[in-house]
Amino acid sequence: MIDLTYFKEQFEQLQLEDADEHIAAIRKQSFDTFNKAGLPTFHTEEWKYTGISSLFNQTYAQIGHTITAADVAALRMPGHHKANELVFVNGRFDFSLSNILSSDTEMKVLSLKDAVNGEYRDLVGKHLNKSTEYIKDGIHALNGAFITEGVFIHILKGKIPHHPIYVYHILDSRQHHTLAQPRSLIYVDENSKLQLTETYVTLGSSDSFCNEVLEIVVEQNAIVEYYKIQNDTANASQVSTTHIRQVGRSYVHTVAITLNGGIVRNNMNLILDATGNEAHLYGLYLLRGKTHADNHTLIDNRKPECFSNQLYKGIADDSSTAVFNGRIMVQPDAQKTNSFQSNKNILLSDNATINTKPQLEIFADDVKCSHGCTVGQLDEEALFYLRARGIPKEKAEVLLLQAYSADVLAHIKPMAIRAYVEKLIYEHLSIV
Amino acid sequence: MKDKQDSLEQAVLNDYKYGFVTDIDTDVIPKGLNEDVIRLISHKKNEPEWMLEWRLKAYAYWLTLEEPTWANIKYPVIDYQDIIYYAAPKPKKQLNSLDEVDPELLSTFEKLGISLVEQKRLTGVAVDVVMDSVSIATSFKEQLSEIGVIFCSISEAIQQHPELVKKYMGSVVPMTDNYFAALNSAVFTDGSFCFIPKGVRCPMELSTYFRINTENAGQFERTLIVAEDESYVSYLEGCTAPMRDENQLHAAVVELLAMEKAEIKYSTVQNWYPGDKEGKGGIYNFVTKRGICKGDYSKISWTQVETGSAITWKYPSVILKGDHTIGEFYSVAFTNNHQQADTGTKMIHLGKNTRSRIVAKGISAGFSQNSYRGLVRASKHATNARNYSQCDSLLLGDKCGAHTFPYIEVKNKTAIVEHEATTSKIGEDQLFYCRQRGIDPEEAVALIVNGFAKEVMNQLPMEFAIEAQKLLAISMEGSVG
Repeated sequence: MIDLTYFKEQFEQLQLEDADEHIAAIRKQSFDTFNKAGLPTFHTEEWKYTGISSLFNQTYAQIGHTITAADVAALRMPGHHKANELVFVNGRFDFSLSNILSSDTEMKVLSLKDAVNGEYRDLVGKHLNKSTEYIKDGIHALNGAFITEGVFIHILKGKIPHHPIYVYHILDSRQHHTLAQPRSLIYVDENSKLQLTETYVTLGSSDSFCNEVLEIVVEQNAIVEYYKIQNDTANASQVSTTHIRQVGRSYVHTVAITLNGGIVRNNMNLILDATGNEAHLYGLYLLRGKTHADNHTLIDNRKPECFSNQLYKGIADDSSTAVFNGRIMVQPDAQKTNSFQSNKNILLSDNATINTKPQLEIFADDVKCSHGCTVGQLDEEALFYLRARGIPKEKAEVLLLQAYSADVLAHIKPMAIRAYVEKLIYEHLSIV
Repeated sequence: MKDKQDSLEQAVLNDYKYGFVTDIDTDVIPKGLNEDVIRLISHKKNEPEWMLEWRLKAYAYWLTLEEPTWANIKYPVIDYQDIIYYAAPKPKKQLNSLDEVDPELLSTFEKLGISLVEQKRLTGVAVDVVMDSVSIATSFKEQLSEIGVIFCSISEAIQQHPELVKKYMGSVVPMTDNYFAALNSAVFTDGSFCFIPKGVRCPMELSTYFRINTENAGQFERTLIVAEDESYVSYLEGCTAPMRDENQLHAAVVELLAMEKAEIKYSTVQNWYPGDKEGKGGIYNFVTKRGICKGDYSKISWTQVETGSAITWKYPSVILKGDHTIGEFYSVAFTNNHQQADTGTKMIHLGKNTRSRIVAKGISAGFSQNSYRGLVRASKHATNARNYSQCDSLLLGDKCGAHTFPYIEVKNKTAIVEHEATTSKIGEDQLFYCRQRGIDPEEAVALIVNGFAKEVMNQLPMEFAIEAQKLLAISMEGSVG
């Protein structure tokens, strides 16, 4: 039995700090949900293939950190000098380490606390914590219970910020096991564009657990490009929920790359809540060692004439486990929906496991929906072709796996990020 | 579009054509379920002590279970104490031939279009008819016994071949398997038993007709088919039931065992009363069907056409234990009005070089919900396992739903598993093409749906293919898309 009294104590402590009534209400409600639902187990359908109870066998410290600007400088992704860099340390947004280049007339970055106390009070009240309508489990509620210093970003109406946003989640595990629960809300106003890249870094050899919730609201004619790069250490686990609501006719494009980590769970929710929405979801997971990666996608087609396409590809080697669960829902009103999904896997080791579960739940008749998934191996003939030309087996395999990844990588639009990910993948695959 | 809706309405209004009640004296025990009822059933069937013990054990286990709720179906709570667990038509005297069978009973089957006499004379199909719970007549038995095939009711098998029943019953679907299997193990009243000895290719299709007749009598059959080395059998099962207002529970268990190089082909046409157009009444069909390819090079093939029942909960599965074994699953599920179907298959690859193929076609109309739920598992030692699954759904109305829940679990690096699923309505262009060539909308839809289901229909034996196509046509009548 897992002892959750730690969280109870923490929560009581948190109650002592003063908070906005709205935030306090969300915390209270979430904590009740957490107490009621508890942690997900293998009997929870959505967590059938991913056990996270091991992450709760130890205590995490939520104390201050010693991260300096020099530490951040070492972790930077290419293109940073032209990007707005937002730094979260142990789940808390750190203004002093962040570097915002865009002016106030393009985008505003506020702490959630400031946003809810200022001009954005109503907006935050309306859009924060909508993800609970879809995710009812305890782990998601745990994040809600500890909403603290999250960030609120507003991309202003009609603006396309000149600089993209890079988000670094840094967990300082040099002395203690660290738990981080970042929480953000991004409001992409009409006719504007958001380009966001998120990455996660754990420093030190102690364990870290990042339980993140990011909500993005997309208005009429807006464009969202979202990239997530997960290449953390083997003792870094995370549950990362991205809840995107397209409330106006808009376009969303996401790519999630998972290379290294402990237990990595991604919830990618797309709520198509306006006529004619379009969404493209891509994912790539290349797993080695003992990494366990679980990608859950949910597309809820609520309004007519929406289009969505998903492509998730993965490789599982050594004793890793890859899980894909893609759920497409088409509500009765959502006629003329086109929704497609494809999941392809390569299994390279008998100790590795691939579990995949595409789901279609369709309540409207005039739709075109399909899903396909495969589990297989590298093409023997392609391998032979390369080896016949003098390329050693290991190299040939890397070459083929790189080619296999290219389908997804081609959808990373910023060249700097794509080159960076390609390099990471090459290094990742070349380790013997 | 308007025409389309109207015609769909018509289809929805279609009456159940096989709704009538046969008036025969039945031997009924009081409602309810407890140890005494189980003892009574066992006593009435004159069973040996070990069988009773087995039943009681299953009942004790069942009491510890809770009814499963994971399936995508909704129904009122079943009161297991409000069900009659045993109903046998009273035999007037010992029967030696078909001529002695109750004429009323025979005419019932004639109405269904499967006159025993005719079948016996014309088609060479041996029919083991189950009327409610007791086998009434068994034909061709002697012919079969000459080549060593045992084909009889399960009660008879318990009496005459206890060693076989003891050895195989519960070996594929243990009594502890699930809620409904445990219930069945405790109260099963009849069913068929079939044993094909080594090297025998069963010369005729074996078939049985299940028919629920007595009001409030749930039927709990148990079927066991054992195919020894290098044998072959094709088994047909078909069902129709009379129109009733109260829900009737049906929880069957079917077990198949295929030894080395044996092949079993199991085909089902299910057309029980689906309830009226408001969703009132209808059969609750909770079935556990499973086969095991025990020996190397064996093969099990399930084919099903499901058009009836208010609720279908059914996952015919194959455990591919031997090396080089093959599992197949072909299914057409048609739901209309308020019918709900949650059906699919499980292919468990354990042996080397095992292959499986799944073709599932779902057609939903009216207010119905049609789900495919399946599992393909390649275990760590299933080298070169190969699976191909295809599930297609066709929607014939804007109030119905089609869902797919495939689970794929692979632990072997040489396994290749493929799954694809599509959902759509009938293409306007296809309809236009037909209508342009003078085919009326109704016929055009029937044509397209028939084409949609063809791949599965082709798998049915001749005798059933005709009936199945008729059934689909009845369901389709007037439903212009």
